[in-house]
Amino acid sequence: MADVMQRTKKKPFGMAILFGIISIGLYIALLGNQDILNDNFAKGGWFAFLPIVTAFVFSYFHGNFTGYFWTILGVEASKKKKEVK
Amino acid sequence: MHDFAQTASNFINLDAVTLIYLFLVGFVGGLVSGFIGSGGAFVLTPGMMSLGVPGLVAVASNMCHKFPKALVGSLKRAKYGQVDVKLGIVLGISAEAGVLYGAHIQENIKKTFGDAGSNLYVSVAFVVILAVVGIFILKDAWKTYRSGTAHEEEKVTKLALWVQSINIPGTMVYFKSLNARISILFTIPLGFATGMLAATIAVGGFIGVPAMIYVLGAPSLMASATELVIAFVMGLGGSFKYALHGMVDIRLAMIILGGSLFGIQLGAIGTTYVKPFMIKVVMGVIMVIVLFSRGLMVPVYLSQLGLIEVIAEDTVKMLKITSFAIMIFALALGAFIVLRAMWQGRKAEKLASQESLVHSKA
Repeated sequence: MADVMQRTKKKPFGMAILFGIISIGLYIALLGNQDILNDNFAKGGWFAFLPIVTAFVFSYFHGNFTGYFWTILGVEASKKKKEVK
Repeated sequence: MHDFAQTASNFINLDAVTLIYLFLVGFVGGLVSGFIGSGGAFVLTPGMMSLGVPGLVAVASNMCHKFPKALVGSLKRAKYGQVDVKLGIVLGISAEAGVLYGAHIQENIKKTFGDAGSNLYVSVAFVVILAVVGIFILKDAWKTYRSGTAHEEEKVTKLALWVQSINIPGTMVYFKSLNARISILFTIPLGFATGMLAATIAVGGFIGVPAMIYVLGAPSLMASATELVIAFVMGLGGSFKYALHGMVDIRLAMIILGGSLFGIQLGAIGTTYVKPFMIKVVMGVIMVIVLFSRGLMVPVYLSQLGLIEVIAEDTVKMLKITSFAIMIFALALGAFIVLRAMWQGRKAEKLASQESLVHSKA
């Protein structure tokens, strides 16, 4: 029964599209403003927070997108081994 | 450290081929990291340098992609109950100290012996550590496979049992991955060594994961997942240190991250399908192959230091290309083993669920 429920479970298309669009937007902004980024992110000192914050922002949006991406493709964790111990 | 203006001018131009190359290497590196807790960096750093990125910018940018990747990977594996956050943070803090000390040693060697001396130190560290630890891990995995106990719960080593039996009042902490209380004093040298290795060869996990398994007594799956927490702590501190001097090329870091987040999710999912000894197989295989790659470069650096006869320029070029190709092969083979094991695990699970469906109908 649980197996049937798993198979009929809705795939997170909406979330994947939402995070996918934000993720693509972030990459367009990154590649479209290379000169500004190179100038400001390499200033050092207090500007050191810029690359760190950027990395966290990308990891949140792109990380969620990649997670949903594999779920939609049906690549999910084994149902048998949820716990190691 | 470099002046920021000079560093900014050292940031390379990115074309489509470079973007795709970084994305793909990031993906494969992420896949292996998601599975064994580390790896990928040893290809990414020289890979970036081969594109014309200065060494320090390559190291800094690699580190800046590593910590968000490790964060996503550890969160994913925490969902499967594989992460011991407390152990990861405790080891991560001493690893951070190891990174700083390792970088300091590197700087001193570079000052005294120049680039060739520094490269020789890195290569010798690679060869010695990977030979000892890699062969030990592979032997252990082979023993498990031959004994037919791959399905059973992993046995805690005698050394780990001894570590767990030592009681030093005021320093004892319970760790869920070990299901035991151990003295925090034992974790300090292990974390420190992990950090030192990370500062030297960029992959601290080659010490961190085996140390957690064989010295502390953690199961392979938990050790490799907890390594991601250590990588996050180390990577965050290291990135900030480099960013203070304007060394991080955020474009490179985020493009590699773009590929590696696809990979790390897949690698993490893969761990739920395989037997624990597969972690040791993948790690051991990569370590032994990379050992040959770095070993090839030792005569080059020895000749540059004047310790052996001068090697012809063409031979040096050839050795460099072969060494890099072997590294890429090591990473690709690791990724192949992960994907194959995952594929087989999924197939077996599907077959078992179909059989149980037939049985229940009958």
